[in-house]
Amino acid sequence: MRKETIYTLKNLYRDDMNLYGYHFGKGEKSACIVGACRGNEVQQLYICSQLIRQLKELEERGAIIKGNEIMVIPTVNTASLNVGKRFWPTDDSDINRMYPGDGSGETTKRIAAGIFDAVKEYSYGIQFTSFYIPGNFVPHVRMMDTGFQNPSLANLFGLPYVVVRDAKPFDKATLNYNWQLKNTSAFSIYTSGTDQIDEPSARMAVASVLRFLTRMGMVRYTSHSGYIATVLHESDLSSVRTDCAGIYRPHVKPGEEVSRGEILADILDPYEGEIISQILAPTEGIVFFSHSQPFVTEGGIIFKIIRRLHE
Amino acid sequence: MIKTVASVGLPVGESWNIYKNRLVPETVTGKEKRISIVTGVHGDELEGQFVCYEINRIIRENKDHLKGIVDIYPALNPLGIDSITRGLPGYDIDMNRIFPGDEEGAVSEHIASEIMADISGSDFCVDLHASNIFLREIPQIRMSEAYADKLIGFAKLMNVDLVWVYENAVVLDSTLSHGLNSIGVPTFVVEMGVGMRITKTYGKQLTEGILCLMKELGIWTGKTVVPKEPMISYNRNLGLLHSESPGIFMPLVEHLGTVRENQPIGQILNPLTGTILEEVVSPIDGLVFTLREYPVVSAGSLLARVLGGEQA
Repeated sequence: MRKETIYTLKNLYRDDMNLYGYHFGKGEKSACIVGACRGNEVQQLYICSQLIRQLKELEERGAIIKGNEIMVIPTVNTASLNVGKRFWPTDDSDINRMYPGDGSGETTKRIAAGIFDAVKEYSYGIQFTSFYIPGNFVPHVRMMDTGFQNPSLANLFGLPYVVVRDAKPFDKATLNYNWQLKNTSAFSIYTSGTDQIDEPSARMAVASVLRFLTRMGMVRYTSHSGYIATVLHESDLSSVRTDCAGIYRPHVKPGEEVSRGEILADILDPYEGEIISQILAPTEGIVFFSHSQPFVTEGGIIFKIIRRLHE
Repeated sequence: MIKTVASVGLPVGESWNIYKNRLVPETVTGKEKRISIVTGVHGDELEGQFVCYEINRIIRENKDHLKGIVDIYPALNPLGIDSITRGLPGYDIDMNRIFPGDEEGAVSEHIASEIMADISGSDFCVDLHASNIFLREIPQIRMSEAYADKLIGFAKLMNVDLVWVYENAVVLDSTLSHGLNSIGVPTFVVEMGVGMRITKTYGKQLTEGILCLMKELGIWTGKTVVPKEPMISYNRNLGLLHSESPGIFMPLVEHLGTVRENQPIGQILNPLTGTILEEVVSPIDGLVFTLREYPVVSAGSLLARVLGGEQA
């Protein structure tokens, strides 16, 4: 393992922000894995740390296949992680909306440019990231429909689902999108949890990356074959909204099968504790996403269900 | 007439409401043109508050001169304004990066789509911003070059000091102004002053400009000023000054001052050691139209913009 400082941001009163890449093997730039980009992505940092630990062991056993170089960047934003802010501490900008960056631009654009310079020549790019709506997912690989995406490759992670979604205007400044423009096959992996560590899904995420690297001929690692993924388009997901605001009491979790009309959640009056609404499943299927905060607003998306899919 | 543009219940005994005030002529023919004046998409930008007040006041006191419909949206992000938060509190996102919104999306996107739908059909929209807390700006119109041909004639009526036409940037595709322009509502963005403050003189200046625009559109027949001739950024040199060192920025020039090439604009200081970390000099001759207001800087922080002469 070789630890390299790939970007340094000098600070006045805080320690300099050093961002590290951990290299395994030597040869072609084969795969790059990037973790926490925001200050609350604790799970994403944790997954990368566990991946580094495992790749280190594999390298020591000679299990990185000759001619391949793998890099893991556990985080690109220690400044926010250490103060508990999701976005950049001073101006609230999002590094994952700054790619490909600008080396002579504003601070977060400089960081993005420094990172992108280090990651842009890899054949495969994997990012652990979080959704802009707080909540928990069934672990899955997510790809943007850029015209360059390859769901068959995404299947090699062995996660239960691959989701393809249309790119929105703000997606064009993400790492994933810009990787694809530079001919890197890019994948975003979502797991349960963001600001808390979810051990089972973290283990699943680490295993999925090692499985992918094995199948692409970069490492020798014997693992369970995982799933043959169900490939979905985001439009296959049925959003379930609240009809009123209040305290949220869920009855189901991501991954569970529900039938049409089943009670998914109660909404409670925040003053009097009574159930003021019961949210029913509009369709049978598998719960793919669930809201994770104790409060809900009126009209908020609290579940996404894969329509008419069974376990 | 106060109307609710969007309303969403919040968890504990409150609703998130977005209001507008619709001002209509005393006699309505059904053929009136409509202008929308919007502000407060960023909760820390308050310059538009005084402009909205002034437009309301002037029209109320001169109702006979109103010949069209004026919709005033003073607070697109009311929770942000109330809590001194630039983005949407509780959502941690910049509201001006989610347009045109999505009726089927998250609550924030749903609200954005309702705002779009409400403004849709206007003959013109002016989106009032106030820089952020970091930079002080002269009153200026900003527009993407994709829409410049259509908008620049109207921008010259706005009584501003500068019209800045910028290259298209992907991130700006998700702004309100881009969303409205793309559905056929001519829209430009006004930037002026600094975040979390109101500069009364700028507010008065801009109000006069909006009245000129309204007169051009046939919405207003009252007295207007002769709008000042703005500088146009087309084919002019632009000097951007970014900090290369983290520290405390102390300017050596005034906002709106003229500078020569290599003239010191400011210093970046280290209070811990009592040393000057960086001498910041202007890359070109020109006018300092943006100057950093917030002293703490990181590597990359924007310190000033200088507008120079015509490009050779």
